[in-house]
Amino acid sequence: MDGTGARVLTISPGQPFRGSVTTFGALVWSGFRRYATYRQATIAGSCTNIVFGFLRCYVLLAVAAGAAGGRPGGYDSAQLATFVWVGQGLLTVTGIWGWTELADRIRTGDVASDLLRPVPLVSAYLAVDLGRAGHAMLTRFLPPIVAGAIAFPLAVPHRWQTVPLFVISVVLAVVGSFGCRFLVNASAYWLHDARGPLMLWTLGSAVLAGLYFPLRLLPDWAAVTLWVATPLPGLLQTPLDVLVERDPPGRQFALVLLQAVWAAGLLALARLVQRRAERKLVVQGG
Amino acid sequence: MIRIENVRKDFTVRVKAGRLRREKRVIPAVDGVTLTIEAGEMVGYIGPNGAGKSTTLKMLTGVLAPSAGEVSVCGLRPVPQRTRLALRIGVVFGQRSQLWWDLPLRESFGLLRHIYRVPPAEHDARLRRCRALLGLDEFLDTPVRQLSLGQRMRGELTAALLHGPEILFLDEPTIGLDVVSKQAVRSFLGELGRTGDVTLVLTTHDLADIERLCRRLVVIGRGRVVHDGTIEALHARYGSRRRLVVDLETPLPTGLVLPGASLTSVEADGHRVTFALEESSAGAAVAALVAAAPVRDLSVVEPDIEDVVARLYAGASGAP
Amino acid sequence: MVAGKFRSVTSYRASFTFEVLGNLGSTVLDVLTVFVLFRAATVVGGFTLAEAVLMTGLAVAGFVLCDAVVGNIDDLKKYVRSGTLDTILLRPLGVLPQLVFLDLPIRKVLRVAFGLTVYGVALRANHLDWTPPRVLLAVLAPLGGAVFFGAIFVLSASVAFWWVDSGELGNGFTYGGRDFTAYPVSVYGGWFRDLFAYALGFAFVSYQPALALLGRGDPLGLPAWAGFAAPLVCLPATLVAALVWRSGVRHYRSTGS
Repeated sequence: MDGTGARVLTISPGQPFRGSVTTFGALVWSGFRRYATYRQATIAGSCTNIVFGFLRCYVLLAVAAGAAGGRPGGYDSAQLATFVWVGQGLLTVTGIWGWTELADRIRTGDVASDLLRPVPLVSAYLAVDLGRAGHAMLTRFLPPIVAGAIAFPLAVPHRWQTVPLFVISVVLAVVGSFGCRFLVNASAYWLHDARGPLMLWTLGSAVLAGLYFPLRLLPDWAAVTLWVATPLPGLLQTPLDVLVERDPPGRQFALVLLQAVWAAGLLALARLVQRRAERKLVVQGG
Repeated sequence: MIRIENVRKDFTVRVKAGRLRREKRVIPAVDGVTLTIEAGEMVGYIGPNGAGKSTTLKMLTGVLAPSAGEVSVCGLRPVPQRTRLALRIGVVFGQRSQLWWDLPLRESFGLLRHIYRVPPAEHDARLRRCRALLGLDEFLDTPVRQLSLGQRMRGELTAALLHGPEILFLDEPTIGLDVVSKQAVRSFLGELGRTGDVTLVLTTHDLADIERLCRRLVVIGRGRVVHDGTIEALHARYGSRRRLVVDLETPLPTGLVLPGASLTSVEADGHRVTFALEESSAGAAVAALVAAAPVRDLSVVEPDIEDVVARLYAGASGAP
Repeated sequence: MVAGKFRSVTSYRASFTFEVLGNLGSTVLDVLTVFVLFRAATVVGGFTLAEAVLMTGLAVAGFVLCDAVVGNIDDLKKYVRSGTLDTILLRPLGVLPQLVFLDLPIRKVLRVAFGLTVYGVALRANHLDWTPPRVLLAVLAPLGGAVFFGAIFVLSASVAFWWVDSGELGNGFTYGGRDFTAYPVSVYGGWFRDLFAYALGFAFVSYQPALALLGRGDPLGLPAWAGFAAPLVCLPATLVAALVWRSGVRHYRSTGS
């Protein structure tokens, strides 16, 4: 059995960074592949996105029609329409809703398998989520936008910075969303049943991220508080605001920077929580 | 290689006390276990349900932090150095999977190669051997979720070995498997252990696993080590002996005493008699028997580990 | 069965509290959204805030009443996939009653109270001219709405009998329908409005009854009596839903899982 002989030394001693990148990359790919197998759910989901797109778009356009100056919250009709439709497209990409994988695995004890891998748990889950988001970008992002573009006039970006900034903003939104979802799921380490926090997250996140209505429609003090004190607007509103070019370039850039700060902070908090959970708690089952 | 010293793990359980209140109670799942395992050993870690086997295993692999005591595996401390340790050990959980559920088995192996950063040549060589020895080719491209339990277990074993670990931990690897799969797994592990490259630590309820695979047996009961030694030592300590079963032409003469054997049962009107052998060799007893009675047939039966283990368990989980 | 469920629910105390609040919260947010939108415009779709809230109130009241009773039909697709439905079919009780009582609406009580309050406040805020037909309508409309939503719920859940992985498809019509009815139908346009408001019948849950209560003509052209007759639309809806459901159960029984 010489083929299965154990190695004594550690792995890739000369190229630890490169090793990490391929490990991370492999996990990203695994996330992509996994979600690629859920083909049927994608179609049904897109239909729902489109229905809600119509609902919200009509309502906001009616508000614009009835608003003094026709610019509620500083958006014109085309911007509002884009806001709604791209928002529906981004909803699945940022994955705000419906992610309970960590909580489920904690509950069944399967998280023990995750702890046996030579990768920090938060990094592993982040990689898989990026794969998921990538797949969603390919399959769920476009259909609502196409449907919206057919039915309504949408705002098209004028400035050259907008699209690259938008892409960066979306990536940051995904990371930030992951951080929040991880933390909400991690409550299962202490509560054993994370359904409550998950439900609070589901409704809080959507509203406060700007899905129901653009957050600028709120009184100024509320909007500013949300932006500065919570990561939520950065999960959906900021990328959309960037895309519809609501603000001058300087402020756009600042908003994306704020997203980045929140994303980094959330990841750090997630690592902290995970470490604490590993030290103090029990992994259920068996 | 593996060194545990006076390790404890306490679980805090909330127990109902009255209609609505709940009080905390501390239960020691592992209560002062000390153990050393050298490289190349094949150790069975057994005990009744709830004795602390899986808990110990989790502490060894870094999944659980001990409440007290020292744990050292491959010179590393499992909980703080978990990711480094993970590269040097392999773990197979009988009831959980380390494979990717939705992907074909082959892709799971590919992913693991990247995660464990195994050089491609080594990975391919190991995979080839496992494919040959475990017969993986017929289901290598099937999604893991569609595999039978036996197939999946063979996949898990391969997955655990692809990065060439120094220690392989197995938690109930043959549970729920059909007979053919069990034998395949056992002979694979037996071969693995025989070469001495990999240290095997195995928890199981299956006695055939124990007999076939474990040169050393650590029995744990109620969080403590009850026995630590070879199977023969186990038999010797708990007094299980070989038996001489004899079929006689005429009933056994009364008062017959054999050197190194004592009568334990008489059946079929004295035509079938069983003796327990005190001595390690049956020769003297057989000679005396044949001289004294007309023997039609006889056989020597090895001691049954099931018996010993059952008694051990009963002692270990019974009254304090 | 109820006592057992109550105990198993309260054994996760913290989570339970969260869920009660969460359930209520989503309804609160829906209503608050209407107020936020009216901050930006005094008239939306040709209606003032008070008038729009009457429609929202009707929609929400109907929806929470319905959801409290049959909201768990949603889980049907989960049961079908996991095979739990087989266990239910084995028991000597009707399928629908079992599903309803499987998860009694303890958590939804607060939400129902909120919905009805909003409706009540909206009725007062509009200073309606109360005639006997209007009083009757005010009572029947939310009930009719509840039954109507129930029929839609059952219909959308029945899809699971034929298409196991239908996933979120039904949500567009159940939760989408609720969102649709929370705003004046005049807000919508084109084929989308025709589909939801008239083909599927959602206009009769809140828009038409509200118009009748307010005594306003329909900017979209339906006659005045449409509002008073609106609650009746729940009857054909229930019939269709019952037929489809029955057919679905039969289909499931014959094909297995």
